Amino acid sequence: MSSTPKIRIDNIKKRFGTNDVLKGISLDIQAQESVCIIGTSGCGKSVTLKCLLGLITPDSGSILVNGVETVGQSRRAREDMLRQFGMTFQFGALFDSLQIWENVTFRLRQRTKLTRQAARDVAADIVTQLGLGAHVIDQYPAELSGGMQKRVALARAIADKPEILLFDEPTSGLDPITGGVIDNLIIDQVKKLGATTLTISHDMASVRRIADKVAMVHKGRIIWFGAVTDMDNTGVPEVDQFVHGEPFGPLTTGNSD
Amino acid sequence: MFTAAAIRWAVWPPFYGRQLLRQIIDIGYYSLPVVGLTTLFSGMVLALQSYTGFARFSAEDTVATVVVLSVTRELGPVLAGLMVAGRIGASMAAEIGTMRVTDQIDALDSLSTRPMQYLVAPRIIAGTICLPFLVLIGDIIGVFGGYLVGVYKLGFNPSLYLARTLEYLEFSDVFLGLVKAAVFGFLIALMGCYHGYNSGRGAEGVGLATTNAVVSASILILISNYLVTAVFFGN
Repeated sequence: MSSTPKIRIDNIKKRFGTNDVLKGISLDIQAQESVCIIGTSGCGKSVTLKCLLGLITPDSGSILVNGVETVGQSRRAREDMLRQFGMTFQFGALFDSLQIWENVTFRLRQRTKLTRQAARDVAADIVTQLGLGAHVIDQYPAELSGGMQKRVALARAIADKPEILLFDEPTSGLDPITGGVIDNLIIDQVKKLGATTLTISHDMASVRRIADKVAMVHKGRIIWFGAVTDMDNTGVPEVDQFVHGEPFGPLTTGNSD
Repeated sequence: MFTAAAIRWAVWPPFYGRQLLRQIIDIGYYSLPVVGLTTLFSGMVLALQSYTGFARFSAEDTVATVVVLSVTRELGPVLAGLMVAGRIGASMAAEIGTMRVTDQIDALDSLSTRPMQYLVAPRIIAGTICLPFLVLIGDIIGVFGGYLVGVYKLGFNPSLYLARTLEYLEFSDVFLGLVKAAVFGFLIALMGCYHGYNSGRGAEGVGLATTNAVVSASILILISNYLVTAVFFGN
């Protein structure tokens, strides 16, 4: 495609101590595309996502969002940039001390002069769309099941109608049925918002459902990037082993770094 | 760096009023029983100890003065500081540490909210404001403890005890205690936030952060107690 990618990650490198976690990750994501990053634990997937959000600054390389460089930008510019993003974290990362409606409308209330009642109405509307009863808005995160927390995290991510959605292991810790439900909710909401998404997942069933394209990260580099439909026949031994969950092959536990 | 950032964001808008109120209630209101009990019994034991000591050279009538000066200048702020360090410093480190471990701080950041401003600044402000009030109340309770022992156990005349209490007490004595309390409150909140914010991963990391917050706050209270006293009475 010749159009400017929504997100361009260009040769980013990151080292922690003596550990080279990212050795030059490059990835283009077009607008409204859904890309999944897969790879063994510790291969650098989460660090890539955190670099994209500016939570970690890469040692070198460039990250462009809508054509704007985000590495090294000012705090204020970063905050403006972050308004385009919605993110769900692996374990939800809901704010324990806040009720669900406060969690869901957290950014909306920071950004706008939304009254308490209006915020509650917005939260009730969103959680209902995601299949939760409106009554949950008065509960605290600890009172909800894992699946419900994932839905609330999704509600918080989409509440401000972001252009880009990031999902870190959206189905981890869930049974396959609940995982499937979460995937469908993600697909619905992404379609509704017309958002671009980048997802990290180990769950291949989930990847097949939500991704247009897949990138496999191994030892801090992307070793394969292609359409999800090509994922089963890549000809790359590491990808084949990972996709089919084979215990034997070039990938072994803990060798990703 | 952390201290400078904490101070900067404590005076920089936006201010999170609800967070501040929550911290004021946590630190100020819920610490009252523990501070009250500590200073009450400290005042009582101080009266008893000074009486038995001073009786050896017939200076029993200075008990009330010794109690009020000791409580307002030293025991009130230091004991309240140490008790609040144990209660609040630990709870701040545990809460913020848990938020770190469970990615809630990253989530805050990703929602365009500065964690230093949302989490740390309200705690620092609340700690600095609340400790002087706690200490003032603790001073009154501590002096009252001394009065109880002095009057009901040692047989002092109530009005004479009160007169002796006020006779040598100066505004600077109380003021010194309140300045110390503000410094201690700042340090307790700072240590709680710092160790929680930089907590290691997992339950062990949070546990260690909690311990470090209490220990470092306690040590800093004792060191700054000397420094503040030296500044006031250095000459």
